[in-house]
Amino acid sequence: MKRSLFGRIWPNATAVVLFVGFVFPVYWMFATAFKPTNDIIADTPVWFPTNVTLGHFKKAVHADHFWTLVLNSITVTVCSVVFSLLIALFAAFALARMRFKGRRGLIVTFMLAQMAPWEVMIIAIYMIVRDNDMLDSLVPLTVFYTMMVLPLTILTLRGYIAAVPKELEESAMVDGCTRGQAFRKVIFPLLAPGLMATSLFGFITAWNEFPLVLILNKDIEKQTLPLWLSQFQTAFGDDWGATMAASSLFALPILILFIFLQRKAVSGLTDGAVKG
Amino acid sequence: MSVQTQGTDTAGEPAVRKARIPGPPRGTGRDSGSASRGAAAPYLLLLPALLATLVLLGWPLVKNGMLSFQNLNPRQLIQHLTEWNGVDNYKEVLTGSDFWKVVERSIFFTAANVVLIMVFGTLIGLLLARLGKKMRLTLLVGLVLAWAMPVIAATTVYQWLFAQRYGVVNWVLDKLGWHSMADYNWMGTQFSTFSVITLLIVWMSIPFVAINLYAATTTIPRELYEAAALDGAGAWQSFTSVTLPFLRPFLYSTTFLEVIWVFKAFPQVFAMNEGGPDRLTETLPVYAYVEGVGNQHFGVGAAISFLTILVLLVMTSYYLRMVLKQEEDEL
Repeated sequence: MKRSLFGRIWPNATAVVLFVGFVFPVYWMFATAFKPTNDIIADTPVWFPTNVTLGHFKKAVHADHFWTLVLNSITVTVCSVVFSLLIALFAAFALARMRFKGRRGLIVTFMLAQMAPWEVMIIAIYMIVRDNDMLDSLVPLTVFYTMMVLPLTILTLRGYIAAVPKELEESAMVDGCTRGQAFRKVIFPLLAPGLMATSLFGFITAWNEFPLVLILNKDIEKQTLPLWLSQFQTAFGDDWGATMAASSLFALPILILFIFLQRKAVSGLTDGAVKG
Repeated sequence: MSVQTQGTDTAGEPAVRKARIPGPPRGTGRDSGSASRGAAAPYLLLLPALLATLVLLGWPLVKNGMLSFQNLNPRQLIQHLTEWNGVDNYKEVLTGSDFWKVVERSIFFTAANVVLIMVFGTLIGLLLARLGKKMRLTLLVGLVLAWAMPVIAATTVYQWLFAQRYGVVNWVLDKLGWHSMADYNWMGTQFSTFSVITLLIVWMSIPFVAINLYAATTTIPRELYEAAALDGAGAWQSFTSVTLPFLRPFLYSTTFLEVIWVFKAFPQVFAMNEGGPDRLTETLPVYAYVEGVGNQHFGVGAAISFLTILVLLVMTSYYLRMVLKQEEDEL
C-alpha cells in the first residue's frame, strides 16, 4: 500500500501528542516531588526539576505512622492476592475442564459477583464487622479484598486454563499421572503468565481499595496507604511537594510491578499465540 | 466461526482491567472426557469459591436488604437497636427529588464517560495497529504508565494539575489567551468539577480499551483482508466488513465492563471534591455514602444502595442476557 507523506506523518504526530498527554500527569507527579517549593510555586512552571531536592520525600516518609501503613498495605494486599489465587485455581480448573450440572449458572454467578458494588454495601459490611467486634483490624479488610478480586481471578484463570491444550494433560495421564499430578506438573507451569496477570490485577485492586478501609478502620495504626494519601493533602494544606512525593511513593510499587509483570504476561501470551 | 468463538471468549470472561490480556486463545474442546470419574469433583473444587461468595458477598447483600427496612440512625446504631419501619426508607428516598436527580446525573455521567472511553480507546487501539514498531512501543509505554497509576494517586495528581493557584492547566490556558482562567477554581462549579473527574476517568480507562483492542486486531487473520481486497473493498469497507465484525464481541464486553466501572467509580468522585460543590457532583455511590454514612441515616443509605444495585442491573441487563444466551449455546 502506498502512503503519502501526509499519511505517514499524521499517525506519528498523533501518537506523539497522545504519548505526552498520557505521560504528563505521571511525569508531573514525580517532577513536582523533586522540586524545591520555590520552583513549585513559581509564576512560570519549572518544566524540568533542576534544583533537585529530596526534602518532600523525607517529609512524607517521616509523617506519623507512614511505615506502619506501608506494612499494613503490603500485608492486606499480598494476603488477599494469595488467598484469592488459591481459591480461584480450583474453581477455574473445574469451570474450564469439567462438565457438570450448573456450570453455566456458576459462571454467571461469578460474573454477577464481579459486578458487586462494594462501594454501596459499606453500611452493611460495617454492621457485620462491628457486630463481630472486628473494627480496626486488618482481618476483615483482607477477607473482603480477597472476595473483591476473586470473581475476576476465577474468570480470567479459567480462560488461561482452557487455553492450555488438553492433549498435554491427557498424555501426562497416559504416562501414569493422576489428574491432580497432571495439573501440577503440566498445566500449572504453563499458567505462570496467567497467574502473574491475574495477581497483578488483584494487587492493584487491593492496593487501591479506599471506601471500605475509610469506614471500617478509624484507628490510624490500622489504616492503609490510600486512606492516608487521600487525607494527606488536607493535613498538609497546599504543600504540593509533599503531597506529590507521597503520591509517588504510593504509586511507585504498582508502576514497577506493572511494567515488570506486564512484559512477562504479554510475552507468555504471544508465545502461546505463535505456537498456535 | 472464529468470530463466534471470539464472542463466547470475551463475553464469558470479563477482561482484566489492569493487565494486558487480549483474552487468551481457547482450546477447541473443553470437556476432558473423564466426567465419569467422581461426579462430585467439580463441586468440591468449586466449594471454597462458592462458600466465599455466599458468605462474603451474599451476607452483606442480605444484610443490606434488611437494613434498608430499618429505622437506623446513630441512636439505634450505638444502642444496637433493631427498629423495623417497613418501606419508609424507600418511600422517603423515592418521593424526594434528590434521588431522581442523582440517578439522572449518574446515568448521564456514566454515559458520557463510557462513550468518550470507547470512542477514543478504539481510535487509539486502531492507531496502535497502524504505527511503526518504535512509535507503537513509545505510545504503549505512555498508555501503560497511565493505566498503572493507582486511583488515589492519580486523583491527587489531577487535583494538583487543576489547582487554582500554581496549577499547570490554568497557567497553560492563561498563556493560550484565556486570561480569565489564570486563577480559575475548577472545583467551583458542577460542570467544571465533572470535567476534571471525567478527564481523570477517561485518561485512566482508555489504556485498557486501547491496548486490548490493539491486541484483538492482531488476531484478525490477514486472509480476511486479502479476500476483502479481492472483492474490491476499499479501506473503509474492509474496516466495516472485516475489522468491525471481528471486534464487535470485544467492544460489547468492554463497554459492559466500563459501564460497571464508571458507574461504581467512588474514589475518583469522592476524593476529588467529596461530591461538591453543594453536593452537585454526587453520583449514586457517593450519594449513598454521604446520606448513609456522612449524614448517619444508615437505613436510608442502605435503601439507596439497594436501589443503586437495581439501577446497575438494569443498565447491564442487556449484556447479561446476551451472555446467558451465549453460554447456553455453548453447552
